[in-house]
Amino acid sequence: MSRDGRLAVGLVQMDPALGDRARNLERHRQWVQQAAEAGVELLVFPELSLTGYFLKDLVAESAIPLEGAVMDELRSLSSGLDVVLGAVIEEPDHRYFNASLYFSQGELVHLHRKVYLPTYGMFDEKRYFAAGDRFRSFKTGFGRAGILVCEDIWHLSSAYILSLEGVDMIICPSSSPGRGVTTDERLGTAESYGILCRTYAQFLTSFFLYCNRVGYEDGANFWGGSMVIGPNGDIIAQQEDADEALVLANLDLGDVRRERLANPLLRDERLELTINELRRVWHERTRKPY
Amino acid sequence: MSAPASLTEPVFPPLRINPELVRGILVGFIRNEVRKVGFERVVLGLSGGVDSSLVATLATEALGPKNVVAFIMPYTTSDPKSKSDALQVVQQLGIHQLEIDISPQVDAYFQHFPDADQKQRGNKMARERMSILYDQSWAWRALVIGTSNKTELLLGYGTIYGDMASAINPIGDLYKTQVWQLADALGVPTSIVQKAPSADLWAGQSDETELGFQYRMIDQLLYYLVERRYTVEELKRVGFDEAFIEEIVRRVRDNQYKRRLPVIAKLSSRTIDRDFRYPRDWGH
Repeated sequence: MSRDGRLAVGLVQMDPALGDRARNLERHRQWVQQAAEAGVELLVFPELSLTGYFLKDLVAESAIPLEGAVMDELRSLSSGLDVVLGAVIEEPDHRYFNASLYFSQGELVHLHRKVYLPTYGMFDEKRYFAAGDRFRSFKTGFGRAGILVCEDIWHLSSAYILSLEGVDMIICPSSSPGRGVTTDERLGTAESYGILCRTYAQFLTSFFLYCNRVGYEDGANFWGGSMVIGPNGDIIAQQEDADEALVLANLDLGDVRRERLANPLLRDERLELTINELRRVWHERTRKPY
Repeated sequence: MSAPASLTEPVFPPLRINPELVRGILVGFIRNEVRKVGFERVVLGLSGGVDSSLVATLATEALGPKNVVAFIMPYTTSDPKSKSDALQVVQQLGIHQLEIDISPQVDAYFQHFPDADQKQRGNKMARERMSILYDQSWAWRALVIGTSNKTELLLGYGTIYGDMASAINPIGDLYKTQVWQLADALGVPTSIVQKAPSADLWAGQSDETELGFQYRMIDQLLYYLVERRYTVEELKRVGFDEAFIEEIVRRVRDNQYKRRLPVIAKLSSRTIDRDFRYPRDWGH
């Protein structure tokens, strides 16, 4: 827990250059410095912030191993504040993961490999990436946190699992392309993410940090809209437009306790019942003769 | 001639757009995709029609009037009204304008083929204009900005390597009825938004006569077919005429080749665009 029970968070709504890791790393350094000057203690970058999103065959050449000079440089970004950033990670067995990494005090604290790789419509992630196989929370200086990358949050079970691990905060780095133009003021995607993130925050009584990128890649626009949501579902801070920005919010970490006293949803959650029912569904599905 | 449906008829609700939202995305698109590859300027063919007038308007907002160069490229048979409409847009936006009469170069060519029909001549004109734009894009250190809308791209109602050629296209995901809405909201002269759409390749040519259907109806059908992926049976149940459905479905299918790079015979393990896949914005 931070000393005063408060946490200054920053979301870097940035526009990474596609396939130019060196330039993006330099920009990360600049944002970190700017955030540090603003007193930020936890700084979140979007999904694949170090490489850009629609990499296609650039995935392999944009990747970094978990050990080595580049990782040392990434670690050093977190000497003064905690940093979450997105990168392509190459495992020693040469599988490539769309990953989000949490650094603190010069160390890698946690790495989340994106589990749900969208491969439909305009997306083709499974062609290039291996899928992660776990959702795990981790301890930070500001309580327990979990990371879900973009499409991960479109699967209810991912946030649910983190919730039952007891997270105070879900961090969602994202590269969400905008689409769905109607007479509404916002894009269909922005509307959907707004509903999703607020629902998770309120129903899981946790802070929710959604950091989406901006800019254009091959004609697709990224809509930004990064937001910090409190455990009651209220939006604490949001960047409404699609410009580069550092979104700042000052969280009262005690809000989680207060919300869970008022709404003890997590206490009343029936984990065993859920597991039993899911096991039954799984058995019934796998017992089908053909 | 009855008034075209561009502004007078109600827009099919699912194709209604918020023009401010779309304008913001498209202006950002032009600015971003032009500048990140090291350019400041665009050239375009300005016909006096609604599509190119809209693109000129968007480009002017994105890059400033000094960075938009419009080419008016009439042929002998072009309607003089097209040129005066184009000039009205030039004046309104304050952009550069050059006029190049393509008649001498087109006529010189067709002296060899005096029996060429209208369609062949029309395609040649479109490709002469393309050739001028790409030449001028070098002279002006500019990108060619395209003006094909989604309806004509889907129907293949355009000349491959002619008006369909460009470096970037801001309106290729807007149906014609959406182009009308956006153009009207962004201040494209009403007379241009309201006039009957025409490629103006020969006197009196009309898109809707040539296609055999009104854009308003075509866009409704395309909405169900493309956006919502309705089957032919489902389209019939919505109430579309069977012959209409068949004709539009056929056009979309038969013109797929126009929307793709040339087919490459596969030999190696990494063939361009099949298993050699890099983003267009590689390194930007």
